[in-house]
Amino acid sequence: MPYTAEKPTPRETPEQLRARIPGWGADLDPADRPSYPKEQFLPTGAHWDFPERQVEKWPRERSIEHAFVTPVFGTSTPPKGLSGVIRKYAYRRFSEARAAHWLLLIAADRVDTAESAVTALLRGKPDNPVTETGILAESSPVADRVGQQRADAGHHALDPVIVAAPWVIGGGLAFSAVRALVRRRRG
Amino acid sequence: MRAMVYRGPYRVRVEEKDVPPIEHPNDAIVRVTAAAICGSDLHLYHGLMPDTRVGMTFGHEFIGVVEEVGSSVQNLKRGDRVMVPFNIFCGSCYFCTRGLYANCHNVNPNATAVGGIYGYSHTAGGYDGGQAEFVRVPFADVGPTIIPDWMSDEDAVMLTDALPTGYFGAQLGEIAEGDTVVVFGAGPIGLYAAKSSWLMGAGRVIVIDHLEYRLEKARTFAHAETYNFTEYDDIVVHLKKITDHLGADVAIDAVGAEADGNLLQHVTATKLKLQGGSPIALNWAIDSVRKAGTISVMGAYGPMFSAVKFGDAMNKGLTLRMNQCHVKRQWPRLFEHIQAGYLNPSDIVTHRIPLEHIAEGYHLFSAKLDECIKPIIIPTAS
Ligand SMILES: [Zn+2]
Ligand SMILES: [Zn+2]
Repeated sequence: MPYTAEKPTPRETPEQLRARIPGWGADLDPADRPSYPKEQFLPTGAHWDFPERQVEKWPRERSIEHAFVTPVFGTSTPPKGLSGVIRKYAYRRFSEARAAHWLLLIAADRVDTAESAVTALLRGKPDNPVTETGILAESSPVADRVGQQRADAGHHALDPVIVAAPWVIGGGLAFSAVRALVRRRRG
Repeated sequence: MRAMVYRGPYRVRVEEKDVPPIEHPNDAIVRVTAAAICGSDLHLYHGLMPDTRVGMTFGHEFIGVVEEVGSSVQNLKRGDRVMVPFNIFCGSCYFCTRGLYANCHNVNPNATAVGGIYGYSHTAGGYDGGQAEFVRVPFADVGPTIIPDWMSDEDAVMLTDALPTGYFGAQLGEIAEGDTVVVFGAGPIGLYAAKSSWLMGAGRVIVIDHLEYRLEKARTFAHAETYNFTEYDDIVVHLKKITDHLGADVAIDAVGAEADGNLLQHVTATKLKLQGGSPIALNWAIDSVRKAGTISVMGAYGPMFSAVKFGDAMNKGLTLRMNQCHVKRQWPRLFEHIQAGYLNPSDIVTHRIPLEHIAEGYHLFSAKLDECIKPIIIPTAS
């Protein structure tokens, strides 16, 4: 009880624990645990003081908290289209400390999804919502799943709204942009 | 080559992509023989992590065979069977030379707060991951290790993130002999953290989750005492009651950004992306641990702010410890524990899925269908 000085009595003795759990206490000594001490030099295999620099094939966006583009970096998906413009702006203008940085990047992610759906369609490799969402996994042993616990049930009702929202908003913005352009031409 | 590709929230597909080239003299190209989907991949899959670009290949847990090495690579050669830690790290910067491999400063131009991680958005450096036939592995002399002959492929995949992270979670808890440890989350990390807590001398290990099949695994695999938080009006009060109203000595958050349990938190974080993650598990940890106790955070959170109960943490004098795991520092000891039979990492693998069916794999894992705990992706099985 915390209301008096004594510690609660342990439920099991070390002997009981050792008998019940394989390896109990094998790492009992904190000073003998891996990663102790937290900061220490261990040979890493690096044979350089500063790594040779990877060739930058396009201007690599970087956090303004960095002095320069790091010597090695990923080249997975270069920024492109409108989402690319937003991403580059988010990196150029705001540090990681600013919410605007992350909110712009998330907005760019949603724009990217819409843009990519359109380009995939134009390239003849359209998105297939049935195969890509993996819902075919629902169909295999359906009967077995009746009454089964699942993690997504709590927010099923919200999901369509969230998935459709970027499309509705994007469509609305595109429509009003086109309308504004047309009106300006006429005016 | 065939590779998993992200198409937008809740959508992935398999596409034909170019085999990645050597881009740096210390690169290797690895032919993937097995990869895993991680709980933290679901944050990407759900569109929660900023700068997750359409076309990226995910996957930071993989093993394979060296296909090609760059001109400066000395420690690996074509044909070596290797395991690759999820951290990409240079081995020579301020942080790497102090053993903080997860915090390497030379591999992620996109952010200074995050290290380099395979297939984990541009926020973690923009590297393609291993849910593909081939993957580029930077700093081949530093990260990968040859898999010992006695080790199985599935144990090796679990050693690239999940097992070391769970073990590291227990370690950051600074468990003293006889301590009561409460682990939030009975996913792979939570199961390994619970199991590792015993190795460090815990006197009592409690696991909290809401999925009964996972709690069952926590009882059998990790010998833990378990409680389903949906069965209690207030899990914090329950935890106090079963610990003499003192609270646990150590709490481990093995849930992270997408915790269920509070609809407001879930909607603002997972759905509206207004938080860096919904910190329900972390807040439960703060409130249920004893005063002057320790909290170890292994759950992944986004770079945005989260509504964490810092006032309680301060008033209680808690120690909060956290980091991404420096995977390679854990390996020698974990190899010993596996050989001694203390840890059987592949016991939690529930699904083996060909790469061609990865969309179903993500859905299954995301919705926790068919008692899924850990799915493995086999690139060559299709
Ligand atoms: Zn992982
Ligand atoms: Zn480094």
